[in-house]
Amino acid sequence: MSLLTIEGLQAGYGERSVLHDIDLAISERKIQVVLGANGAGKTTLLRAISGTTTRSGTIMFDGKRIDRLSARKVVASGVAHVPQGRGTFADLTVDENIRLGAYLRSSAEARQDRERWLTYFPRLQERLSQQAGSLSGGEQQMLAIARALMLRPRLLLLDEPSLGLAPIITQSLFKTLAAIREETGMTMLIVEQSANLALEVADSGVVLESGRIVLRDSAQNLAGNDEVRRIYLGYE
Amino acid sequence: MSVVVKPRLPVAVRIATAIVVAILFLYVIPFMIPNYLVSQFATVLVFAIAIVGINLVTGYGGAITLGHAAFVALGSYTTAILTVRYGWNPYATIPVAAALSWIAGWCLGFPALRLQGLYLALGTLVLSITVPPVLKRFDAFTGGVQGLNVGNPAPPASVPLDESQWIYFVSLAIAAVLYVVARRILSGPLRRALVAARDNQLVAAVMGVNRARLTTATFAMSSLYAGVAGSLYAMIVGFVSPDTFNVMMSLSLFVGAVVGGITSLSGAFIGAMFIQFVPIWASDIDVSLGGLVFGGALILTLVLIPAGVGGLAERWYLRACARLGWTEAAATETAIEASTRGAQHEAT
Repeated sequence: MSLLTIEGLQAGYGERSVLHDIDLAISERKIQVVLGANGAGKTTLLRAISGTTTRSGTIMFDGKRIDRLSARKVVASGVAHVPQGRGTFADLTVDENIRLGAYLRSSAEARQDRERWLTYFPRLQERLSQQAGSLSGGEQQMLAIARALMLRPRLLLLDEPSLGLAPIITQSLFKTLAAIREETGMTMLIVEQSANLALEVADSGVVLESGRIVLRDSAQNLAGNDEVRRIYLGYE
Repeated sequence: MSVVVKPRLPVAVRIATAIVVAILFLYVIPFMIPNYLVSQFATVLVFAIAIVGINLVTGYGGAITLGHAAFVALGSYTTAILTVRYGWNPYATIPVAAALSWIAGWCLGFPALRLQGLYLALGTLVLSITVPPVLKRFDAFTGGVQGLNVGNPAPPASVPLDESQWIYFVSLAIAAVLYVVARRILSGPLRRALVAARDNQLVAAVMGVNRARLTTATFAMSSLYAGVAGSLYAMIVGFVSPDTFNVMMSLSLFVGAVVGGITSLSGAFIGAMFIQFVPIWASDIDVSLGGLVFGGALILTLVLIPAGVGGLAERWYLRACARLGWTEAAATETAIEASTRGAQHEAT
C-alpha cells in the first residue's frame, strides 16, 4: 500500500507555477529518488509535500489528505523535511539543534529518540556541546538528518543531501540512510542531482523535467537507462 | 546571553557569584548609599525589566521595536487610574497592568509582526508618538496634561524600611522573578524555536514552529514586561503624566538594550543604569549633552562591542574562569566565538 499518493499536483511560488500535474506514489518502507536538472522543480516538489509552498491537487499521506494542512500539521502527521543547504543553526550547539527537532514532541519521547539516533551518527555524539557552526559540511548534513529524525517521521524528505560533500562522505551518508530504512522501515523520498550513489540505495526513481515527470522506473533500470546515464550520471 | 553560558561553571564558582550579586543588591545598594540614590536604583530595576522585554523581542525575536514606552504607559496608567479613581491597593494593580499589556501586545503584535524590519520599527515608533496625545485627550479619565498623583506606597508598619528602600525591595523582588522567567524561556525549547524562526524560516516551519504565532507571543510577553515596569514606575515616581512616556523613553529603552547587550539578560541591568544615570551626569555638564551621549554610546557600542557591555562582561568573566582552570578553555573559546557571531548577526 502506498504511504504517500500525489495526484494532479500543481505547485509554485505565489503566481508562478513550477510543477504541473504531478502524479507520484511511494510505498511504505521504500526509498524513492527524484532526479532532475537545476530548476526542474525537485525542491518545489518536497516543499509542496511538506506544506511550505502554495500547492493544489491531492496529496494523501497514510490515508489522510494533507494538501490543505499547514506545515506544522503536516510535520505533526509524520512527514519530516531536510531542506537543501541543511539549515543547521550555527548559534545553537549540536545538541540544541537535535532537540529543536523534538519541538512538537514530549521530552520523554525525545530523550529516547535522541539516544537512538545518535547511535547512527557517532560523530555527532562526540560533538554534542559544540556550536553547530564548527562542524564540517558532512557533519552538518548528518545533524540536519538527525534533527529531522527527532520528529519520529514515517516519511523522510531529503533535499540534495550530497550537495557540497565529497563522494566518500556522500557514500557513507547514503549507507547510513539505507541502514535506518532497514532497521526502522522508514520511507524516504530523496531529491538528488548527482544520482549514482542515490540510485544504489533507492528502490525506484522518477525524473523531473521542467516541472513534469518524464520518466519513472525501478532504480536498477534507471541506473541502466542510457538517457539517464548520459544526463544525470555523467557517463555514457 | 545564554549562548555564552555553555561551559558550565563549577558549583562553587556559581554559588560565589550568586553571593556577591546578592550582597550587592540586598545590602550595598539599599543600605550603604544615599537615600535619593536608592529610589533611582529602583528606577534602574524597572528599566531593566522593560529592557529584558526588548531583549526577548529584538534579541531573540529578531524584530526591532521602538514603541515600548507605549506599553510602559499602559502599565503606569493602569496602576494610576485604579488607585486614584477606584481606590485599589497599588500592589493589586500590578497583575492587572501585566494582563492588560499582555493583551495589548497580542492585539498589536499580530498585525505589527507581519511588518518586516524597518517597517516594524516605523510602526512601533508611530505607536509611541501616538500615546501622549491620546492620554491628554481623555483627561476625565487620565488627568490629561496634569497627570495623576499616585503617591508612593508606604512600607507596612512592621517593616523597618523607609519609602525608597521599600519600593526598591518590591521592584527587586519582581525584577528577580521576571528575570528568572526570561532565563527559563530562553533556555528551553522556546529559545531553540526563536533562534530557528529568526535565522531560517523554512527550517523553522518544517520543525513545526509556527513563526507568526511564536513572534506574536514573544511580543506579547515583552509587552507584559513593559507593563509591569510601568506599573512599578508609577509607584516609584508617585506621579504619572503623558509626556513621560514619549518617543524619547522608547528610544532610550532601546539604547539601553543595545548598550547592555541585545541578547544579554544580565546586561539589561547595565543598560538600565546607563539610561538612568548617564543623562543625569551629562546634563550636569551641559543641558544638551544628554542626546549626544546617547547617540554616541549607541554608535560606539555597535562598532566596538556589538555584544554590548553585558556580553563583553560575560566574556571576560568566562575567560577569567577558563584561565583559573575552572572551565575547559577550548569550550569557552567556541562559546565566545559563537556569541560574537550571534552579536554581529544582530547588529547587521
